[in-house]
Amino acid sequence: MTYNAGHYDVIVIGAGHAGVEAGFAAARMGAKTLMLTLNIDMIAFMPCNPSIGGPAKGIVVREIDALGGIMGKVIDKSYIQMRMLNTGKGPAVQALRAQADKPIYMREMKKLIENEKNLTVRQGMVDSLIVEDGVCKGVVTESKATYTAEAVIVTTGTFMRGKVLMGHLEYESGPNNQRVSVKLSENLEELGFELTRFKTGTPPRVNSHTVDYSKTEIQPGDDNPQSFSYETTEQITDQLPCWLTYTNEFTHQVINDNLGFSAMYSGAKRGTGARYCPSIEDKIVRFNDKPRHQIFLEPEGRDTEEVYVQGLSTSLPESVQEEMLKTVPGLENAVIMRAGYAIEYDAVVPTQLWPTLETKKIPGLYTAGQINGTSGYEEAAGQGIMAGINAAAKVLGKEPVILDRSQAYIGVLIDDLVTKGTNEPYRLLTSRAEYRLLLRHDNADLRLTDMGYELGLISEERYANFQQKKSFVELEKKRLKKLTIKPTEAVNAIMESAGATPLKEPVKAYDLLKRPELSYDHIEQMIEANTELSPEMREQVAIQVKYEGYIKKANEQVERMLKMEDKKIPDDIDYDAIHGLATEAVEKLKKVRPLSVGQASRISGVNPADISILLVYIQQGNIARIAN
Amino acid sequence: METDTITAISTPIGEGAIAIVRLSGPEAVSMTARIFKGKNLNQVDSHTIHYGKLIDPKTSEIAEEVMVSVMRAPKTFTREDVVEINCHGGMVAVNRVLELILSIGARLAEPGEFTKRAFLNGRIDLSQAEAVMDLIRAKTDRAMSVALKQMDGRLSGLIGKLRQELIETVAHVEVNIDYPEYDDVEEMSHEMMRTKTKEVHKKIDELLSVAKQGKILREGLATAIIGRPNVGKSSLMNTLVQENKAIVTDVPGTTRDIIEEYVNVRGVPLRLVDTAGIRETEDIVERIGVERSRQVLKESDLILFVLNNNDVLTDEDFKLFEAVSGLEYIVIINKTDLEQKLDMDRVKELVGDRPLVTTSLIEEEGVDELEQAIADTFFAGEIETGDLTYVSNARHIQLLQQASLALEDAMEGIDLGMPMDIVQIDVTRTWEFLGEIIGDTASDSLIDQLFSQFCLGK
Repeated sequence: MTYNAGHYDVIVIGAGHAGVEAGFAAARMGAKTLMLTLNIDMIAFMPCNPSIGGPAKGIVVREIDALGGIMGKVIDKSYIQMRMLNTGKGPAVQALRAQADKPIYMREMKKLIENEKNLTVRQGMVDSLIVEDGVCKGVVTESKATYTAEAVIVTTGTFMRGKVLMGHLEYESGPNNQRVSVKLSENLEELGFELTRFKTGTPPRVNSHTVDYSKTEIQPGDDNPQSFSYETTEQITDQLPCWLTYTNEFTHQVINDNLGFSAMYSGAKRGTGARYCPSIEDKIVRFNDKPRHQIFLEPEGRDTEEVYVQGLSTSLPESVQEEMLKTVPGLENAVIMRAGYAIEYDAVVPTQLWPTLETKKIPGLYTAGQINGTSGYEEAAGQGIMAGINAAAKVLGKEPVILDRSQAYIGVLIDDLVTKGTNEPYRLLTSRAEYRLLLRHDNADLRLTDMGYELGLISEERYANFQQKKSFVELEKKRLKKLTIKPTEAVNAIMESAGATPLKEPVKAYDLLKRPELSYDHIEQMIEANTELSPEMREQVAIQVKYEGYIKKANEQVERMLKMEDKKIPDDIDYDAIHGLATEAVEKLKKVRPLSVGQASRISGVNPADISILLVYIQQGNIARIAN
Repeated sequence: METDTITAISTPIGEGAIAIVRLSGPEAVSMTARIFKGKNLNQVDSHTIHYGKLIDPKTSEIAEEVMVSVMRAPKTFTREDVVEINCHGGMVAVNRVLELILSIGARLAEPGEFTKRAFLNGRIDLSQAEAVMDLIRAKTDRAMSVALKQMDGRLSGLIGKLRQELIETVAHVEVNIDYPEYDDVEEMSHEMMRTKTKEVHKKIDELLSVAKQGKILREGLATAIIGRPNVGKSSLMNTLVQENKAIVTDVPGTTRDIIEEYVNVRGVPLRLVDTAGIRETEDIVERIGVERSRQVLKESDLILFVLNNNDVLTDEDFKLFEAVSGLEYIVIINKTDLEQKLDMDRVKELVGDRPLVTTSLIEEEGVDELEQAIADTFFAGEIETGDLTYVSNARHIQLLQQASLALEDAMEGIDLGMPMDIVQIDVTRTWEFLGEIIGDTASDSLIDQLFSQFCLGK
């Protein structure tokens, strides 16, 4: 029996990493929000690796936090290990990565979601969308509950027509044997959406008691763990290590002997997997000259004995997985608790989305996360918060929010997806960002807190702290510009201790800080100390001063990029009517429907001549309008 | 309003006694003033013309004698400040001026960009919009095809190789960043990066220095005129010299009668070599034998092979065909005013795909066709010069210079001890500039490189 189950401003389908951010952000912005999930016990479940962050991804978590999202806060409460990666490299590529305690992460996330006013969580399987006059108006569940809404966000991850593959074993399923969603997929197809089929995989989990860690190398966390969230004040110091071991020729022999049993190598046509997330059989086949591959053993939590065998993602039969593990030092007697498997699922071709993540076909309908062809919890969460913000903004009559490629990795991610699409599960890499130096871990707050505050996602208290940090950093830079350091004996002693050539002439503190050998600490010994500065502020000053030249260069590039982004393409443009555009360009432009000339220029197949013509055409339109 | 200043040669290259290099943009006047010796152009009235000399800022030497028109916005073609530099016609002089302008910071205009600016600044009215689009399309396509055709296969191969080296280096740095725990590849050190950047920088500079002394740009295509005695080699030589404005060179002792003669045929500068030999109507094959003459001919970029319409083919002619086979040559059948004794079928068979022109140099017939054949051969990119002189395309030179500068920035970063991911920014820029030369800027190729070079994943 169909029944009317209520009206909401925003409905989020799914409560994974995209869903929780979307629901939380929409609710915080003041939209009455409903979150529907297949299983309330599985909110923010991590079906694959027990870690959050890493290069690029860790910066996304910081960006989510700067916008007022929750991933950073929750992982800060639930990690078993925290590491700052790339500390020997430049500031632009340093990133945090945490090993998560999976059950605690889920528990903490559930707590946040359940206690958020404006946000209702209910268990239910959505079968179809309500679309009236081409606009999305709500959802219907399998239990015939009809929820009406102003906007709907689909964040169904890998659940849509999911199929688990392990050797010759295949069955319809969501990840980790959860229920599969079939009807929603069909409904999206009926509504005219183009779906594609992607694949991902996960390695076996083994019981920690059966691992001989003495044969492996220890991988501890940082002595002074840092936090993802700008609001976190307490660190977890009691950390657990991970362990490193390697495959060897015997492992590779087992795999080679059994390749025919692999679900992915048995010859059947399968969904597209990602190159950066290969199964162990992929690695052996594609790099058969490598004598060994790394295997990291990662605990899944404090109160569980399950250990994630990172590096051994596979779709080989369970029996082969057993055999394979026996060849790996430390895992000879390991008992598998859950076998590895591959999973195939439906994804929405992301060029069907506006940069707000609203679908072009059906206003009011948004999609975010793995359904859009990405992989990774952080990529999902980054899209989730933007979809939540934009759905709420639309309902509340506010301007849409689109991050550009110079503002955030989230902007790079979404722009790539909606402009270029993807033919494999998309992962963020630092090399995808043109302005990596501007998109740093340390300055995520400087980039995005203002925006989060304006959206109502950042508290007054936090905003006040942020503004103080900003002004202190500026004041300190000014102070360093004024202070002169003279070549005294004391100063040159410090210079020599730092391995720098002694001073001969007086120099401004600001310029001295630019010397690669010298840190802010060194400079501080030569001048009157500024006791007001926190470690983060000192770090910020040092980075801004040291890399000033490079940052300036990047900013100039950004300026050029933004000029093209500012050239908006009118919504009603008729590409067929534009004289001189190449046929391929017309097709691509009609499909992607870029919002600006800048976005158009990033579409493959649209060449510089097409862009020139587009510019002229748009200008002509403006002239025509003025003339009228 | 656009913010940068663009420049281009705005007269057909190589035609006419005077050529014009035009600049448009906010710095058009100040830039020109910086290299102009004469009145201070920054202070002259709008729409005035001034005599003076252009000075090479690097060497402080006088580069060209010019007339400069200064026209300030908005009453100009583009509605921006516009400067027109009138200089001697011919490829050498005008390219020299263009290079000077580029060296002080102007950007080479895209095809049709002056017109585009004129349009965008409201100078051209609505009804002309479609024409503008046509123009942009046509000019871009043509420029692209000419640019690609003009590029020597070896040049693009070489640039492709340099780019591959760079992208492997970049991928190495990227894998260190994105997969910090991946232990299969050592951390890119400053030393490794220094070696790599120096190596590539050296190669780019070699290309540039070749381009700078580029035979085509500076000296023209080495062109040999061959044929049996009395077929009309001298007439051909004289015709080419008289018909075309000889290029004035400052090579000491250049006179009519010694080794080389410079002429400009439809924008193609030719350096007619071994003219003395021709004038003495000595046959080089006879003189030095087929093998050696082939060596001599090989050093030519273009061979004009003259046959006599009024005579049958002889052994010497066959020898000459043998000597030029596989080289760039145009066959000229001269003396069509006299009775045809030449076996045309046989000649056509021997000539094959090569261009064939019939002339009567005495009657001045067929000269146009010959000049067209020379221009076609050049612009079709058929001529392969002895070295990489095809870098003479101003756009290529500018991009190579930018690539070189970007690498210098990278090397400076290395010297300063900047972190590798910062140094890599400039290495990537170098890779992008080189990519623009061969029309390949797809950024996805880095990701592809990353995953084909290294075995990565969870």
